[in-house]
Amino acid sequence: MTIDATISLRINGEHRRVVVGMTLAELINSIGQDPGRVAVERNLEIVPRSSFATLCVEDGDDYEIVHFVGGG
Amino acid sequence: MIMRLSISSGVGERVNISSDTWTVAGRTFTSRLIVGTGKYKSFEENAAAVEASGAEIVTVAVRRVNVTDPNAPRLSDFIDPRKVVYLPNTAGCFTAEDAMRTLRLAREAGGWNLVKLEVLAEAKTLYPDMIETIRATELLANEGFEVMVYCTDDPVMAKRCENAGAVAVMPLGAPIGSGLGVQNPVMIRLIVEGAKVPVLVDAGVGTASDAAAAMELGCDGVLMNTAIAEAKEPVTMALAMRHAVEAGRLAYRAGRMAKRRYADPSSPLAGLI
Repeated sequence: MTIDATISLRINGEHRRVVVGMTLAELINSIGQDPGRVAVERNLEIVPRSSFATLCVEDGDDYEIVHFVGGG
Repeated sequence: MIMRLSISSGVGERVNISSDTWTVAGRTFTSRLIVGTGKYKSFEENAAAVEASGAEIVTVAVRRVNVTDPNAPRLSDFIDPRKVVYLPNTAGCFTAEDAMRTLRLAREAGGWNLVKLEVLAEAKTLYPDMIETIRATELLANEGFEVMVYCTDDPVMAKRCENAGAVAVMPLGAPIGSGLGVQNPVMIRLIVEGAKVPVLVDAGVGTASDAAAAMELGCDGVLMNTAIAEAKEPVTMALAMRHAVEAGRLAYRAGRMAKRRYADPSSPLAGLI
């Protein structure tokens, strides 16, 4: 946490700064994605979708946010 | 999908295709064609090809969302996962751990357990690494996944997959994306004869006759992507594949004639003028 009340985290390998107290659902919305259509790994652990609305992101978190794309 | 096609044999007997279903992990399907959703020029073309193919299952990949462009179009806007079963695939995974990580995410994203496992050995052939594949099959089955397994055209390995908990085995017809057709029909037939789970030829189909040939061997279905996506007219090829799979299946059920070494006239020899 810094003096401007933001924390640093990574989403799909990219650094982001977000406000303290943001939930995972808010984080997903903030990148323009629908929490109902993605799956999330937080620090290599799967986060159940039922926890998206209550889990607050923390400084240093590393997220993988994935969805289904075309494939064979 | 309800098939209305029925064929009169002329003596009142009818062959009803809609009664010829197949079942994997407790789910019953009428279409025996599974299509991929990669390599298409557009989502619109992809959706039209899926529609023309009559497929009830499509394979999909699991990849990172686009963090920089939230407005990028999404597959699910064009192919509705409530209407067509999404079968998450581990294409691109080279270790059991990578494949398992991918499928755990897929299960969370989709909310279902039916998945396709593919653990590749190396990029040139995309040939499956069967030791890693069997290890992953067992681990995933123990975690409650229903695993359809991409495997070599080897009856021993296919049986090992089945024993490890595979709900279907999917031997390759030829290398992924090669379009070379079923290269090893003898071994595919032996896999079919020995399997207690559905067998689907996965990969290698290039054109309609390849799909029909796979079905004539007694396979429960065929999975393809490139043969449709890289055809000059993918939607037309999707329709051709649908008919080929149905024709091959009917030919298998009908039971082909025995082969002869020489000619045998179709017209009676008696009464020749």
